[in-house]
Amino acid sequence: MDLLNALVVFANFVLLPGITYGAQLALGALGATLVYGILRFSNFAHGDTMAFGTMATILVMWLLQAAGIGFGSLPTALLALPAGIVVAVLFVLATDRLVYRYYRRSKVNSLTLVMVSLGVMFVMNGIVRTIIGVDDRQFADGARFVFTAAQFREWTGLTESLALRTTQAVTLVVIVLVVAWLHWFLRRTRTGKSMRAFSDNENLALLSGVNPERVVMIVWMLSAALATLAGVLYGLDKSFRPFTYFQLLLPIFAAAVVGGFGSPLGAVAGGFVIAFSEIFVTYSFKKVFGYLLPVDWQPDGLAQLLTTDYKVAVSFTVLVLVLLFRPTGIFRGKSA
Amino acid sequence: MSVATRNVLLFVAVGALIVSTGLTQSWNAALAIVNMGLLSAIMALGVNIQWGYAGLYNVGTMGFVALGGLAAVLVSIPPTEGAWQAGGFRILVALVFGALIIAAAAWVYKMLPRGRWRFVALAPLLVAGFVVYRLILDPAAAAVEAINPALQGNIGGLGLPVLLSWPVGGLLAAGAGWLIGKTALGLRSDYLAIATLGIAEIVIAVLKNEDWLGRGVKNIVDIPRPVPYEIDLQQSQGFLSFVSGIGADPAAASGIVVKLLYAGLFLAVLLILIWLSQAALNSPWGRMMRAIRDNEVAAAAMGKDVTRRHLQVFVLGCAVLGIAGAMLATLEGQLTPGAYQPLRFTFLIWVMVVVGGSGSNLGAVLGGFLIWYLWVQVEPWGNGLINLITAGMAEGSQFKQHLIDSAAHMRLVVMGVILILMLRFRPQGLIPGK
Amino acid sequence: MREVPGGSTTPFLIGRAMTGGYGGADILNGCTIAVEKGEIAVIVGPNGAGKSTAMKAVFGMLRLREGSVWLAGEDISRLQPQERVAKGMAFVPQTENVFTSMTVEENLEMGAFLRRDDFRPTMEQVYALFPILKQKRRQAAGELSGGQRQQVAFGRALMTEPSVLLLDEPTAGVSPIVMDELFDRIIDVARTGVTVLMVEQNARQALEIANRGYVLVQGANRFTGTGAELLANPEVRSTFLGG
Repeated sequence: MDLLNALVVFANFVLLPGITYGAQLALGALGATLVYGILRFSNFAHGDTMAFGTMATILVMWLLQAAGIGFGSLPTALLALPAGIVVAVLFVLATDRLVYRYYRRSKVNSLTLVMVSLGVMFVMNGIVRTIIGVDDRQFADGARFVFTAAQFREWTGLTESLALRTTQAVTLVVIVLVVAWLHWFLRRTRTGKSMRAFSDNENLALLSGVNPERVVMIVWMLSAALATLAGVLYGLDKSFRPFTYFQLLLPIFAAAVVGGFGSPLGAVAGGFVIAFSEIFVTYSFKKVFGYLLPVDWQPDGLAQLLTTDYKVAVSFTVLVLVLLFRPTGIFRGKSA
Repeated sequence: MSVATRNVLLFVAVGALIVSTGLTQSWNAALAIVNMGLLSAIMALGVNIQWGYAGLYNVGTMGFVALGGLAAVLVSIPPTEGAWQAGGFRILVALVFGALIIAAAAWVYKMLPRGRWRFVALAPLLVAGFVVYRLILDPAAAAVEAINPALQGNIGGLGLPVLLSWPVGGLLAAGAGWLIGKTALGLRSDYLAIATLGIAEIVIAVLKNEDWLGRGVKNIVDIPRPVPYEIDLQQSQGFLSFVSGIGADPAAASGIVVKLLYAGLFLAVLLILIWLSQAALNSPWGRMMRAIRDNEVAAAAMGKDVTRRHLQVFVLGCAVLGIAGAMLATLEGQLTPGAYQPLRFTFLIWVMVVVGGSGSNLGAVLGGFLIWYLWVQVEPWGNGLINLITAGMAEGSQFKQHLIDSAAHMRLVVMGVILILMLRFRPQGLIPGK
Repeated sequence: MREVPGGSTTPFLIGRAMTGGYGGADILNGCTIAVEKGEIAVIVGPNGAGKSTAMKAVFGMLRLREGSVWLAGEDISRLQPQERVAKGMAFVPQTENVFTSMTVEENLEMGAFLRRDDFRPTMEQVYALFPILKQKRRQAAGELSGGQRQQVAFGRALMTEPSVLLLDEPTAGVSPIVMDELFDRIIDVARTGVTVLMVEQNARQALEIANRGYVLVQGANRFTGTGAELLANPEVRSTFLGG
């Protein structure tokens, strides 16, 4: 019984949040890694693309809510998501047309592109703050739980309990669908294969007749769509605040690098690695130990390695360790 | 027009902008821009040393500036009564122990061959080391934080003159820079960027959470000044008679005098730093740095130790950032970890360097002044613009209020547009480097 | 214009009196390279003679200051490399000539990227030519040996059903046994009516299979003839073939 209770506590406070957060990071990292694979630079505006797409989704959601349209027990934001994605895609395509395309044609080095993305980051950040403000916003509506802690307790009769929130369930469904679709797209479709070819060997892809502008356009669209998805899911699960999204850049980059920058599969794995490291290190295991260890072995403190404020240090440490021990990432990405 | 004339004209133009602020708004406002412009120039100089001299992409500027701010606290604040006895020494022991663990880990890393065993040896060492470190540190930190928490609750400083904290801030940041450089400088440039971005966030996290160190988010608000307080000036007979002699308002005049004193100190530091870095750039060392920057492979082939040189430049740049950080905390008289935002303290500095001209010290100074001026002035301009736009709207309309509230964020857009336009149309900057 | 080597009728593919370089000094100084349909032409010469450059000029990877390139009686001098691919030219670079992270089969599919018809039969032909590729078709190209990679690279190029195949040092870095095997395959390819133009370091072996050979020195034609003629020429032998 104690073991079961310990497991439930662990699942409720580590496993479930870890999977949810990992899925959100994975979606963000997928967008960043795709851009890196095709355009060959770290897009520092990616966090703000997430914020922008989320903002667009929230605005559309408000319109829907004002019109009295809801999505049943699911959050209304999901109904607004397609529109938010379209807005984000259009904006990102416009930045490519106005800003990035020039540099692509003049074949500048990747650091110049990183610098340019800083400019885009400033602009997007400013636009988001101007339109929606800097405050923390909760925008999840609909049913809060798929099943509540009380229901779980009733079913199982355990002391400890587990609750599954709607946003968590939605996140899990979305990540499975997105990863499956993306895998199919990259492995099976002509366009997907041309993107992989372009990422693998640009010159040879050109010799094979791949149209670079088309590949670039599709990668921006995918990246914006994934960023919006990641942003909306993160916001539903936690809350939306432009500055937080900007700060997500670090764990997202860490996830992409850990998985091997440029490797989509790696980005997903990296997202979960980072999320679980963060939660593991900052979770207080006192309660879990309470069920597992004899009374006199109980730790006095919280049995927590670091306070949650240091989670940024966790993604950083994982990042540096991976770079030191396996510079190409877990799933060999582009090393040069 | 010769290059020199053009450069002079550029500086005169920026000077004229600031003077016009003095004429149209107030001299206090203009001098505030000058002081922050001086600090921005020093920060831009620090980034320029790393980027312009060696092509090192450091986006952790904020962290080093914050470390400088911490130095200002640790040097100038009076020691907290009883804090050292309560736990200060134990904290010191913990820190030394932590450093030893890291040194041991580095040694193991070096001794063992690449591969699984290295990881197997390192992981338990680091984890166990960390747990022991926390066991030593935590009670001591708690003891220190328990001392008069409403006002102190931290270890305090050395009670030394705050001016001393400027070089100390430089040393502190240089030390951190050395540690980071040792680990991260071998990485590819955009990995270095991501790593430094993380370092900066960690420094801020430490400042926010280690209350025993600098009171965390409770802030330190009483860093002593190197110059007199306005209020003291206003009560000094000599000052009052001087002010009435020239027919000025005592309140405004005292502010101006204090700011002028700061400006003098900052200018002296800026000039010394420019002189030092120009001298370094024109020395054999500087020529070698430029050779490495222009062609790393060739320089390495000629037997130059590129990584070592990069480390030197990285540490020097960090030191300059630390000095600027200590000066900033001195000017503001406080350390507020929450105020360190990457847009403001990292990316804005980068805009300054790019606009001024990578690799050019004068350019960094010009960029520092110009961009700071715009950063401060775009906000009122944005307000003016919004007021103009919203003039026709109904009073009290929500939309109008929203527009007015959001005018402040326009400056982020402006900075982004400036950066993009510069990179596109004048990538070498206003004053190109050599 | 100089006399066109190979007689009065226009050859299937010809780069005429090509002069140019990558900015800066000219690397090619009026050299002419021509191949008849279904034949094999080989460019040999000392290091720095502009062999690869000449071939890249034929493929449009460098801008000619003077001269022209003709394919099947059409002036293609102004076309981009991609457009020349559409005209039936296929180029196999010396290095990085496969998609290492993609499977052998996907590499071949990428070769047929522009084809909208059914390319299965072509793929079967490629597999017939290189049986080992069929065995390894699900394996990533990056995991193959050097010789097998070259076969993938050939195969990828053949998937466009090209009329002209340009090979840049196809046997660089492979063992002598693999080299002979590759040359045999090149003969097979030419027999199917594909025109082959290649640059080779292994001049002797290459000339043995060549219908036409070009010895370039400093970006200009020094000797031209059939492979056998050049092999028999004592001056070519002593200077370029090591005796």
